[in-house]
Amino acid sequence: MTGPIYRESYSVERGNFATAGDASRAMKNTLKRMGVDPAIIRDVAIASYELELNLVIHSAGGSITLEIFPDRLRLTCADRGPGIPDISLALQEGYSTATQEVRNMGFGAGMGLPNIRRHSHEFDIESAMDAGTTITSQYRLMPNDGGK
Amino acid sequence: MKATEIRRILDAEVLCGAEYLEEVEISSAFGADMMSDMLAYHLDQSTLVLTGTVNRHVIRTVEMLDIRCVVFVRGKSVPDEIISNARALDIIVLNTDKTLFTACGILYEAGLRSCSR
Repeated sequence: MTGPIYRESYSVERGNFATAGDASRAMKNTLKRMGVDPAIIRDVAIASYELELNLVIHSAGGSITLEIFPDRLRLTCADRGPGIPDISLALQEGYSTATQEVRNMGFGAGMGLPNIRRHSHEFDIESAMDAGTTITSQYRLMPNDGGK
Repeated sequence: MKATEIRRILDAEVLCGAEYLEEVEISSAFGADMMSDMLAYHLDQSTLVLTGTVNRHVIRTVEMLDIRCVVFVRGKSVPDEIISNARALDIIVLNTDKTLFTACGILYEAGLRSCSR
């Protein structure tokens, strides 16, 4: 398999709302510079922003990695815990464990994970209560491939 | 409808982006206080966002969605930081005393419709 032609990782801290979105903005600008299809950029920006917010709101901290291959693009979000006890429940729209403080900022409506999945061509989530959660979101870059 | 028409209909104050009012074309609108809901619907550069939530995350969220025009409702005081962030992104920011319900109702009556899921 061909390796990535571009790879960049961004560290995201738990609870740091001041910088939430910085990584997504950087990734969006990178994809614009590379001339990626605007529709793909929009999907990636939404998914990466939701992933970033999840790291800030729910995780003990982690990272988001953007990898660009000749024919696809991959976002990998890996955190250091605490893990998701019931993934199918977490993927249901409206299910949220966010605090009232987070909701007051306009987040935590339980739309994040379903929204990431909806805006991905391929979506995968793995979680273990001791090890943390890894989410991968992939996008095809070949033109006229039928999209999502 | 042009953003300048939105401003006129809502009798809104222009906080930044006045130079884009005649240029930006609006074809749909979305009213919400939850950023999560904005991210879950199909908003794009021609969608007008109306919200009563006033914090830095509003501009971050609309930036991700390529939104060009935001209306803060209920006459909320908008901090300079939010305005300068929006200005740097060429986003029009309007402020109206009208409630979210009234502002959306007036715009609906003027022919604007919601964006889709």
